[in-house]
Amino acid sequence: MSTSADQADTAEGRVYNLSGQDWEEVVAAADEAGDRSGDERIVVNMGPQHPSTHGVLRLILTLDGETVTEVRPVIGYLHTGIEKNLEFRTWTQGVTFVTRADYLMPIFNETSYCLSVERLLGIEDRIPERANVIRVLLMELNRISSHLGGIGPLGLELGASTVFIYGMREREKVLDLFELICGLRMNMAFIRPGGVSQDLPSGAIEKLREFLAVMPGKIGDLRGLFDAAPAFHARTKGISYLDLTGCMAFGVTGPMLRSTGLPWDLRKSQPYCGYETYEFDVPTAKTCDAYGRYIVRMDEIGESLRIIEQCVDRLAAKRPASDPVMIEDAKIGWPARLALGPDGLGPAPDHIAHIMGQSMEALIHHFKLVTEGFRVPAGQAYVPVESPRGELGCHVVSDGGTRPFRAHLRDPSFNHLQALPAMAEGGLIADIIPAIASIDPVLGGVDR
Amino acid sequence: MGLEEHLPSGFLLTTVEQVAGYARKSSVWPATFGLACCAFELFSAGGPRHDLARFGMERASATPRQADLMIVAGRVSQKMAPVLRQIYDQMSEPKWVISMGVCASSGGMFNNYAIVQGVDHIVPVDVYLPGCPPRPEMLLDSILKLHDKIQNMKLGVNRDKEITELEEARLRRLPLLPSLSGAVPGSGGTSSTGTSSTGTGQ
Amino acid sequence: MTETNQPGAAGEAGENGTPAPSPAEIAGRERLSEQVVRTGMFGVSDTPDTSGYGGLKVRRPPPLSSPRPYGSYFDEVADALARSLEQAGSGFGDAVERVVVERGEMTFHVRRERLIEVARRLRDDPALAFEVCTGVSGVHYPQDAGRELHGVYHMLSITHNRRLRLEVSVPDADPHIPSLVDVYPANDWHERETWDFFGIIFDGHPALTRIEMPDDWKGHPQRKDYPLGGIPVEYRGATIPPPDERRAYQ
Repeated sequence: MSTSADQADTAEGRVYNLSGQDWEEVVAAADEAGDRSGDERIVVNMGPQHPSTHGVLRLILTLDGETVTEVRPVIGYLHTGIEKNLEFRTWTQGVTFVTRADYLMPIFNETSYCLSVERLLGIEDRIPERANVIRVLLMELNRISSHLGGIGPLGLELGASTVFIYGMREREKVLDLFELICGLRMNMAFIRPGGVSQDLPSGAIEKLREFLAVMPGKIGDLRGLFDAAPAFHARTKGISYLDLTGCMAFGVTGPMLRSTGLPWDLRKSQPYCGYETYEFDVPTAKTCDAYGRYIVRMDEIGESLRIIEQCVDRLAAKRPASDPVMIEDAKIGWPARLALGPDGLGPAPDHIAHIMGQSMEALIHHFKLVTEGFRVPAGQAYVPVESPRGELGCHVVSDGGTRPFRAHLRDPSFNHLQALPAMAEGGLIADIIPAIASIDPVLGGVDR
Repeated sequence: MGLEEHLPSGFLLTTVEQVAGYARKSSVWPATFGLACCAFELFSAGGPRHDLARFGMERASATPRQADLMIVAGRVSQKMAPVLRQIYDQMSEPKWVISMGVCASSGGMFNNYAIVQGVDHIVPVDVYLPGCPPRPEMLLDSILKLHDKIQNMKLGVNRDKEITELEEARLRRLPLLPSLSGAVPGSGGTSSTGTSSTGTGQ
Repeated sequence: MTETNQPGAAGEAGENGTPAPSPAEIAGRERLSEQVVRTGMFGVSDTPDTSGYGGLKVRRPPPLSSPRPYGSYFDEVADALARSLEQAGSGFGDAVERVVVERGEMTFHVRRERLIEVARRLRDDPALAFEVCTGVSGVHYPQDAGRELHGVYHMLSITHNRRLRLEVSVPDADPHIPSLVDVYPANDWHERETWDFFGIIFDGHPALTRIEMPDDWKGHPQRKDYPLGGIPVEYRGATIPPPDERRAYQ
C-alpha cells in the first residue's frame, strides 16, 4: 500500500486515491494541477432530524461559500409499507392504512382510495347525495387545516413564530370540527367505499355555522400579519422559482402549478363528488416563487370557506324521507349503524334487533361484510383528487377478491421534492428553507 | 455529573434530590423527534390551546446536545432507526424518552418489514404513550407522569441502589408467555406507565 | 388495430355438420383455459372442510381487449397516436399490443421496445399533448408466466383534459424496461421506487438506486413472494400471528 496519493485522470475528472496519512500530498497535488474544483466546497448534511425539513427529509447540500451548488434529497426515512399492508386487509380496512399516508390530509387519501374502489365496483353514480356533500365538506375542512399546517411551520422556520401560533390556533378549530363529526382529530378513517361511515351528529350544523362566522376574521388577522411583512417578502419573493415548463417536466400540480399562473384544478376540470355543483374560484398567482405559492394557499383557504358554507346550507336543508350516507346496496354498504348507548358507542339497538330478529339475510350480509369484506370485480382504476398539495391519486388493482391486489398512492409531494434541486440550486443556503416550506411536503405521503 | 452526585446519603442528599428534581422537571427541553402523524399532535400540544410553555417546554431544541427529553413521535422505519440511536447518543445525561403513539411504542398497526416494532428495541423508554395519534391532552398527561418520575429521581448513592433494585425486580418478573419462561421480555427503561387512551385499535 | 379477444362470430359451421360453438361455449372454454388464481372459499387449506367450498377454484379473467369504437375521447387519442406512429414508419399494432377501455379509463398495453417512442409522441404531438406523466408504479402478477412484472404509467393532458394509462409487461427473468427519464423527467424517482419495490430495471436511468428502503436492503419488498415481515403480537398468555399468517376469510 503506497503512502503517497496516486492520481488518475478519468472521464469524470481527476481522481485521487488516498490510503491514509497523505492528505497534505493530495492538497499539494491539487494546487499544482490548478485543480480548483475541490476548493472551498463544503458538503453539509441537513439530516433527517431537522426542525425545518417538514418531516424526516435528508438533504445533502454542496455549498460554495453560502451558495448551494447541489441539493440531493434523500427520502425513505418514513417508509411504512402501507401499500404492502393493504394487500393483507379487506377493502374497507384499507382505508385505515391509506389515511395515514399523508397525515396532514387524511381525508384526501381516503377519498382518492374510495373513489378508485368505487369506480372498480361500478357504483360511482349510486353514492348517496348526502354522502357526497359530507365528503366535500370534510375535504374542504381538511384543505384548510392542511394549509394552516403548512403555513404555520413556514412562519416558524422563517422566524415568525406568531404565525405558527396563529396557524395552530386556527387549526384547532378545524380539528374540533373533525372530532365532532368524525370522532377523531386526525387519521379519521371516516370515508368508506360506498359513502361515509356516519351521518353528522346533532349540533354539528350549528358548530359549523359558528366556525364559518369566526374563521374569515381569523384568517384575515393572519394575512394582515404576514402578507405584507417586509422581512417575509425579502425571504420569499423570487425564491425557489419554478416556472410552467419546470412544473410540467416534474409533474408538479397543485398550488405550485397554480402559482405559475395556470388555473389547473381537478375540482374544476375533472370534478368528482359533485364539485361541479359548487361555486368557487381557482386562485392563481403569476410569480412562480415561494411568495406566490403562499398567496395561492391563503386564497384557497378563503375559497374553501365558501364551499363549506354551500355544503352546510345543503346539509341543513330539509331532508327527504330516505337520506342515507352509505350506499344502500346490501352487498357493499357497511352494515353497522352506530349509536351512543349507556355503555358507550356501539351498534345501534335497532340494527341489532333487525339482524338478530327480523332478517336472516341482513345477518348474513353483516357477517360476510365484516369478516370477508365485499368483493370488487377485477380490473384497475385510478381516480385522482385535488388535494392541498396537488394531484393525489390511488391506483388500485383488483383480482376479483376481497383484498386489494395492489394499491399505489401517487402522492404529489413525491414529485414536488424531486423538483427541489431545480428550485434551490444556485440560491443561498438560507433559501432552502422557504423553498421546502413553499413545496409543503409531507414525508408520510412521500415515503408511504 | 455535578457535586450532587457525590454527596453521602442522608438528609442532605434527600433535600438536594428534591431540589434537583424540581429544577430538572421545570425546564425539560424536548428534542422533538417528530416523525409522522404524532408530530402534528405534538405541534398542537405546543400551540396555544394545550400549552407546553406552562411547563417550560416550549423551547424545543433541535440540537440533541441541549435536549433533555426525546419524544419519539411517530413510526420509526428501518432506515430511520440508526439516526434515532445516534440522536439519543448525542443527548447528554440526564435524558428521558417518551415513545408517543402506538407506532413508537410497539409498531402500532404497521406490523411489517418496514417499521421497527417499538423504539424500545433501540432506546430505553421511560413512558409509553398509546394512541393513534394520542390527543395533546394525553401527551400532557404522559409528560406530567414523567415529571413525577424526574422529581423523584434519586442521586448519587441512592441512585445506584435504586438501579440495582429495579434490575432485580425486572429479572424476577414473570414472562408474558409460558413458552418464554427463559427469556425476559426486554425493555430498557425503568417502569413503564401508560396513559388511558381512546385511540383506535389495531 | 389488434384483433379482438371477444368470442368469434358464431356463424361458422363446423365440419361434418356439427353445430358451431356458441359464444357462451367459447367464452366458457376460454375461461377454463385460464390459470387458477385462488382456491377455496375460506382461505384455509389444512382443516378438514366437508362443505365442498374448499374445492372452489377461481380462475383469472381472460385478458381484455376492447373493440372499436372506444367511446368518449379515447378514439381520438388512439387515432392520433396511430397517425403519429405511422408517420415515423412504425405501426400502431407494433407498439400497442392491446387496448383496454373499461370503467371510463383507457389503457394501452405497450411493448417495451416501443415505449420511449410512444411516450415521445404522446408528449410532443399537439393532438395528443400528454405533457404530464404522473408517475410509474409496478404491479407483480406472479401467476402471469412470462409477464409477471407490469409497469403502469399514468398520463395527463392538461391541454385536452384527458387521461391515459400505459402498461408495459416484462418477465421476471428479464425485468428490463427502457427508462422514460429523458422524455418525462418526473419519472426519475418513480422509476427508482419501482426498482426498489419490484426489481424492474429501467435501462438508461441516470442513477437507479434504492430510494425508500435502506441502501443495503436485500430483496424487493412489494413483490408477492416477499413476506410482509411482521412479528407475532404478544399478549399476556397468548400470541397472535402477524397479518399475513392469520386465518383469513377470502
